[in-house]
Amino acid sequence: MTCARVILALLAGLLLGAPHLHSQTIVIGSKPFTESYVLAELMAQLIEAETDLRVERRFGLQGTFTSFTAITEGSIDLYPEYTGTGALAILHSSDPADQTLDSLRAKFSRRWGLTWLEPFGFNNTWSLVVRRPFAQRHGLATISDLSQLTGLRAAFTHEFMRREDGYPGLVAAYGLQFAQARGIQHALAYEALNDDLIEVMDAYATDGEILRYDLVVLTDDKGFFPQYLAAPLIREATLERHPQLRSVLERFAHAIDGDRMQAINRRVALAGEDYPGVVAEMIRENRGAAVDRPPPAGRSLPPLFHQTMRHLLLTGVAVGMAILLAVPAGIALVGRPRLAGVILMLTGIVQTIPSIAMLGFMIPLLGIGVRPAIAALLVYSLLPILRNTYTGIRDISPALLEVAQGLGLDRRRRLLWLELPLAVPVIFAGVRTATVIAVGTATLAAFIGAGGLGEPIVQGLSFNDPRMILSGAIPAALLAVVLDQGLGWLERRLG
Amino acid sequence: MIEFQTASKTYGQTEVLQGLTLAVEAGETVVLIGPSGGGKTTALKLVNGLVQPTSGTVLVDGRSVASWDLLALRRSIGYVIQEVGLFPHWTVAANVGLLPRLLGWGAGEIDRRVNELLELVALDPGEYRQRYPRELSGGQTQRVGVARALALKPGILLMDEPFGALDPLLRAQLQQELLLILAEVHTTTLLVTHDLPEAFRMADRIAVLVDGQLQQVDTPAELRRAPKSEFIRRLMAAELMEGGNQ
Repeated sequence: MTCARVILALLAGLLLGAPHLHSQTIVIGSKPFTESYVLAELMAQLIEAETDLRVERRFGLQGTFTSFTAITEGSIDLYPEYTGTGALAILHSSDPADQTLDSLRAKFSRRWGLTWLEPFGFNNTWSLVVRRPFAQRHGLATISDLSQLTGLRAAFTHEFMRREDGYPGLVAAYGLQFAQARGIQHALAYEALNDDLIEVMDAYATDGEILRYDLVVLTDDKGFFPQYLAAPLIREATLERHPQLRSVLERFAHAIDGDRMQAINRRVALAGEDYPGVVAEMIRENRGAAVDRPPPAGRSLPPLFHQTMRHLLLTGVAVGMAILLAVPAGIALVGRPRLAGVILMLTGIVQTIPSIAMLGFMIPLLGIGVRPAIAALLVYSLLPILRNTYTGIRDISPALLEVAQGLGLDRRRRLLWLELPLAVPVIFAGVRTATVIAVGTATLAAFIGAGGLGEPIVQGLSFNDPRMILSGAIPAALLAVVLDQGLGWLERRLG
Repeated sequence: MIEFQTASKTYGQTEVLQGLTLAVEAGETVVLIGPSGGGKTTALKLVNGLVQPTSGTVLVDGRSVASWDLLALRRSIGYVIQEVGLFPHWTVAANVGLLPRLLGWGAGEIDRRVNELLELVALDPGEYRQRYPRELSGGQTQRVGVARALALKPGILLMDEPFGALDPLLRAQLQQELLLILAEVHTTTLLVTHDLPEAFRMADRIAVLVDGQLQQVDTPAELRRAPKSEFIRRLMAAELMEGGNQ
C-alpha cells in the first residue's frame, strides 16, 4: 500500500531527526512533583550562574519511566532521581546491597552510561500518613499499628500502587487490610485526606503538606522502605564534555537536610511561592553573598503567548500532517470496502489507546519533547479525517458518479471536479473534530516535555494549585473553540 | 451506428442479456422496451463501455467497443439517465459546458455553445445560466441533462428512462420537444423505457427485451400488426386500450 509507505517514511523522518543534544546546551528534566521541580530548577540555576552553558528545562515529565527513558536515549542530560527508586524501580533489585551509591554508580555506568553525583543530603523516603485525630483515636504510631485496623480507605500515587517497593510489597510485609486502595494524583490525595474521603495515603517524607495539614507520619518499624537519597543522575558523556558540571552540581551535596527540604516544599506547594524565586534564594543563602548574575526569569508561569504558540505548533503540525496522509488514503480506499473496513477498524483501535499511554509508547521511539507529541497527536488525528474522507466520497450518489463516467470524465477529473468538492464539507467536519481532539490531547504533551498549555496544568496538578491549572485549561478550551469556529468560518468562505 | 453481435452479459449465475443481436442505423431512434430486469439498461451500458460483455461484441461506428479509447468513445456519445446527475455544486451553465471545458475550449466558445444548447432545450439562457440544480424543477433538470449530453454534437445519444421521474403531462411535452431536437441534430438514438406510449411516440423501431432475450424488433406499426410473442400481444392490447382512452 502506498499510503502505508508514506506513513512509514514520515515516521522514519521523525525518527532520523530524533533529538541530538546541542553540546553547549544542557537539558534538565524533572518529574511532576514539587520537590523534583525544585531540585531540577536548583541544578539549572547553578549551571546558568556558574558556567557559560545554556540550560533547557524539560520539567514535569510523567514519572520514572518517562524521565529514565529520556535520559538513557539522550533527550535530557540529567534529572534529580532517588537512590531507592534507582535500585527498586530501575534495577528491579530488592537486594539492600544495590541501594548503596557505590553499587548504583557501578551498575548505572555499565548498563546505561549514567552516573549518580553526590546526594543533596536528605532521605525522602516513602511513608504512610494519617490525620492526627485519626491517629489519636486509634493510637497509631507505626505502620504495624495500622495493620490492626480493617475497612481502611486509602489512595496512593499511581507509581506507588505499581512498584514492588510500594503498595504490593508494603501490604505483604505488614499484612495491611485496605477496603479500598485507589491510584490518585499525589497533590489531590492530600485534599482527599483532609476531606475525610480517605484515611491513609502515601507521602514523601519531605512533603510540605505534612506540616500544613498537621499529619502523622507512621514509623516504618519493619524497615520496609529503602533509603531515597535525592541526587543528580547525569549522562557520563555530558560530564566528560563538561567536567566543570560535577563541582557545580555538587555545590549542594549533603547540604539540604529533611527539615529544610520540607520547609522549601511547603513554601512552594502551599504558600504558592514561585519556585525559581525560592531556588534563587537558596543559592544566595548558600553563598552568603550577593549573586554575581541575577537569576534568570522564572519558569513557573512562562508567558501565555509562548505556551499558546507551542500548543498551536503541536496541533497545527499534527493535524496538517494528518490531512496530508489521511485525505489521499481516504480517497484510495474508496471502491475497496473490505480494505477500508480493516484500515478504519485499525485506526479506530488506535484511537482507543489512552493519550498518556500513547505518549508513553512514543518515548522509546522518538524520545521526549515536541516530536513524540506531534507523532501521538498525528495518530489521533488520522481517524476522523480518514473516515470522513472515505464516507464523504463513498456517499456521493452512484448515479452522479456513473453519469460523470458515462460522459467521459477521466478518474482525475471525476475526483477534482466532482468527488472532492462534494466531500469537502464532510472532510472539513473531520478536520474540525481532529483539531478539537488534538488541542485537548496536546495538553497532556507537557508530561513528555513538549510544552504548550499543558505545562501550567501539569505544574498546577503537581503543586495543587487550581489557579495555575486553570491558567492552562481555560486558554486550551478557548483555543479549541476558536480553532473550531475558525475552521467553520473558513469552510463557509470556501463553500 | 451501433451494432450488437450476440452480446451476452452474466452476473454470477444470472444471465441478464442473452446473445443480443441488433443494429441501430445512423440517424435512427430505436427504443428498448420490456419489464424491469429484462436487460435494457445493461444493453445501453454496453454501448458506452460502462459494462463489458461476457461474450459477443458491440460495434460503434464499425469498431468494437473494446478497441475504442473509452474516454474518447464516451465523449462522442451523449448520455442521459433518469436521475440526470447534474453536478449539484455547479451552475446550469457550468453543467452544460462540462464537456467543452473538458476538451479545453475557450471561455467565449463555451459560453456561446451553452447559450445555443439552452435555447435548444427551451430554457432562456439569461434566466437559467446562473441557477444551481437545486433551483430547477424536475422538467427543467431533465432539459439541462439533455443539453449537457448534446454539447459536443454527439453522433450517438443513449437515454435511460430520461423522463421516468416526471408526471405524464410534462412527460408528453418533453417527448415532443425531444423529437424535434432529434430531428434537428440527426443523432443515432438508443432509448430505454418501460413506458409503451413513450416507445410508440419516439421510436423508429421498437426492440422488446424480456428476461434478457430479444423477442422482436420492428416498427411500431408492424409490432401492432404481427406481434411475435404472447407477451407482446398482451402489451399491444394494453396500448390499444390506452390509446382508446386518449
